[in-house]
Parts: sequence; structure tokens; C-alpha cells
Amino acid sequence: MSAALDLASWALILAGGAFCLVGALGILRMPDFYTRVHAASVTDIVGSFAILLGLALQAGLSLVAVKLGFIALLIFFTSPAATHALVKAALERGVEPLQGEGPSKR
Amino acid sequence: MFAAAAVLLLATLALLLVRAVKGPTVFDRLLAGNTIGTVSVLLLATVGFLTGRPEFLDLALVYGLLNIVGTIAVLKFFRHGSLGE
Repeated sequence: MSAALDLASWALILAGGAFCLVGALGILRMPDFYTRVHAASVTDIVGSFAILLGLALQAGLSLVAVKLGFIALLIFFTSPAATHALVKAALERGVEPLQGEGPSKR
Repeated sequence: MFAAAAVLLLATLALLLVRAVKGPTVFDRLLAGNTIGTVSVLLLATVGFLTGRPEFLDLALVYGLLNIVGTIAVLKFFRHGSLGE
């Protein structure tokens, strides 16, 4: 494997890990449920796709890369569906979004 | 370097676990649980590369499939009060 490809794959894997950590920090620190959902999408999309792409670059053209592609496809389709169902269920159960004061009028 | 990514993912899991235990509403816990599923899929794939055993990817695929089924099932239960007849 060429050194440039190796470097790119390591950068992608480490960046994906960092994005996952940032998303989890958001889920832990955000003030209400709907903002937490917003933070979770960072982990679900950017983090997972960066890590899977980095691993696929390590694997090269093989069955392993195909499996990684299937995992990425699975996350790509199921994660937005799960998030949508989650938020809709929360809205129907009456979880109130956190309302601010609005723009101050002077 | 796979080990570094695995450590980052484990730290992510720890933070998510705190939210899942603490979460005020059931939906916070479900969100944390769903994200824990996604991160564990990534962790399984990374550990498979770390130990040089790509069979772990099959486990990761099964975890991903079970994750979506579990989340939707629990959501349906909390939305309708039953799993349907």
C-alpha cells in the first residue's frame, strides 16, 4: 500500500473517532431532547462514515471492503429512520422543546 | 493506531452510557441506546482490524440489524402502549 493512502486512512479513522467523541459530548451536554438528537447525528453520520471509509482504505479491494460497504449502507438507511421515529414519538408523547426568550426588543 | 481509534470509541461509549443512565425522559435513554448500537458496530469493525480477524465484520452487520429492530420495537411500544396485535 502506498504511504499516501495509508496516511489518508489513518487520518480518516482518527477523525472519525474524534467526531464520535464530539457527538457523545453533545448528547451528554445539550440542554433538551431535541438538541441532543441533533448532536447524535454527528456520531451517526460523520463519525461512522469516516471510520468505515478509513478501514476500507486499509482493507483494499477485497471482501472485507464489501462488508464495510454493507455496514455503511445499513447505517445510511437505518440511522435517519430511527431518528425520525424517535423524534416523532417524543413529539406525540408531548416532550416540549426548550423555548428561548426570543429576540429582545429594544 | 487501530488501538487509538478503539480507545476513542470506548470513551464515546462511556459518555453515552452516562446519558442513558441519567436521561430524564425515556426518549433520551432510547437515543443514547441507539447511538450506543451504532458506536458498538464501529467498535466491532475496528477491533476486527486490530486483532487481524475480519470475521468480526459479520458480527458488526448483525449488531446493526438488531439495533434498528430493537429501537423501532421499543419506540412502537412507548408510542402505542403495546406492540400491536
